[in-house]
Amino acid sequence: MNIGRHLAGRSAAGGRTAGRRFAAAVASGDAGLVALIIGAALLPLVLANGYYYDIVMRIGLSAVVAIGLNLFIGYAGQISLGHAGFFAIGAYASAILTSRYHLPGIVALAIGAAAAGLVAFIVARPILRLSGHYLAMATLGLGIIISIVINREVAITGGPDGIAVPAFRLFGWRLHGLQNWYWIVAALLVVTVWLSLNLMRSAFGRGLRALADSETAAATAGLDTAGMKARIFVLSAVIAAVAGSVFAHAEGFITPDEAGFLRSVEFVTMVVVGGQASTFGAVLGAAILTLLPQFLAGFQQWHDFLFGIILVSTMIFLPRGLVPTLGLRLGWLRAATALPERGGVP
Amino acid sequence: MAEFLQILASGLTVGAIYALIGLGFSMIYNTSEVINFAQGEFVMIGGMVTVTLYAGGQIPLAVAALAAIGITALVGIAVERLAIEPAPQNNLTTLIIITLGVSITIRGLAEVVLGKNFYHLPAFSGDTPFDLAGAEVTPQAFWVIGSLIAVMLALAWFFNRTRLGKAMLATSQNRMAAELMGINVKMILRLSFALSALLGAIAGVLTAPITMTKYDVGVMLGLKGFCAAVIGGLGTATGALFGGLLLGVSEALAAGYISSSYKDAVAFIILLGVLFFLPEGLFGRARGERV
Repeated sequence: MNIGRHLAGRSAAGGRTAGRRFAAAVASGDAGLVALIIGAALLPLVLANGYYYDIVMRIGLSAVVAIGLNLFIGYAGQISLGHAGFFAIGAYASAILTSRYHLPGIVALAIGAAAAGLVAFIVARPILRLSGHYLAMATLGLGIIISIVINREVAITGGPDGIAVPAFRLFGWRLHGLQNWYWIVAALLVVTVWLSLNLMRSAFGRGLRALADSETAAATAGLDTAGMKARIFVLSAVIAAVAGSVFAHAEGFITPDEAGFLRSVEFVTMVVVGGQASTFGAVLGAAILTLLPQFLAGFQQWHDFLFGIILVSTMIFLPRGLVPTLGLRLGWLRAATALPERGGVP
Repeated sequence: MAEFLQILASGLTVGAIYALIGLGFSMIYNTSEVINFAQGEFVMIGGMVTVTLYAGGQIPLAVAALAAIGITALVGIAVERLAIEPAPQNNLTTLIIITLGVSITIRGLAEVVLGKNFYHLPAFSGDTPFDLAGAEVTPQAFWVIGSLIAVMLALAWFFNRTRLGKAMLATSQNRMAAELMGINVKMILRLSFALSALLGAIAGVLTAPITMTKYDVGVMLGLKGFCAAVIGGLGTATGALFGGLLLGVSEALAAGYISSSYKDAVAFIILLGVLFFLPEGLFGRARGERV
């Protein structure tokens, strides 16, 4: 058995070509990261006007949230139906602290991230004792409570009408214009992807996957499962809050819709449609879920109906999500073409 | 005292609606282990289709209501057959997204076919309130509470006295064993969606004269019914009943004595409290996790 595996490993290594090495790099995510950087650098060449910049920026920030959420849902095997709440904590912290208290943007962002992290940390232990449906319900409840507070505290948050967000100031310098924000969002996305890829290669990341497979088995093997779940929950909340802060400044206006239940659902859907436990899947999911309503806008009043049908069909026919499904297909193709080649290796 | 009774009466009425919706959640959860986030849409269909058929008095209200409840039950079967049955059953997150997708689809269709406005349905027996120890109670409130009692009795009869009801109970206890005993589990699953849609539609018809109805009323009503089911103990009928009534009364008390602007938050605060301290709900039984 061992010898067989050893031989198989040797023949595979012997047949490794440049193309295969590239495929392996793609699989590990490094090439994907390089492609993302190149793509982000070149994209402004084809973005004709502010409308496109706006869409691309929304994709980028949703992708950041989805990557964070994927750590919690995809890798750690948990579920959250309340992450829009954390996104909104970041967005509203930035909006309120910079407009009412004239704090510098970066300070407001840090406070928002800390606040979201603190809320996540406080609820983490009791909430994460739950699993499955019960965890879904508890996170749903948490998200809705945040959204109700934002809607009702009109004197502070502006209530259902929303609130205007001043330009981002740093040492007397004001950042404005969607083109400039594009680079900030692109940098944030690249850093988040890099963070996610590295985290999953670390011992902590392997522990998370073990936990997703079987929490009881992971705990038996000596992992502090409760602590790990809490840490990844807090991390994903902080990432969502940072994206929320950037979103608030870049858009210049936010409403409580950003905190709503349907927005939370959207974030989870991005993770699931792109493919759970896939960093680039989360990015792809964010792109699809942001672009789809734009394409469907042409169908006018049928837009929601079609969106629902597409969502349900995707989940029924590609339950593993797009990236893992495509990965399987490609893997199958590679295996099929690799076989004769492997036979030829001496 | 009269004020308290007034609050209690309106709380019990709203609570009865939540209980009906919660019963639907529990019924589907028991047979299929699916949390059906489209449950609120059944409530909406019940109300909206009744309004559309009734069309200001073209046909009798009772006929319109019964037809709407029947149509909703058919929608329930269609949801099970088209979205739940073909779905992979092993991934909770995927199933949650599917039921949410179904609810977006139904809402989108209702918006186009049934209209975007608020619609009003006349109360079943007029609007002259009764005087109960100083509290004014509308006849519609009696209809709501009476319907809840009738539904509970009918369900008790169905599950205890009929072969079909017993087959459904058997399926919820152990699907494989039920299948081996010759129970048509697929049919039972469809039946549970039909019954659950029926309960939702009854709630929708009953509440339309009180709160008006619109294509998107299902979102909040569904979530509240879901809270009711979880607070009482997901999967138990008594749990949904008392969870719903408790929720309705708590909301009314909070709105009456604390602040009406945080009325909607009450359900979710109780939900979190129950999940933190009694995760199986007030009436649920603790279940060990199997590895």
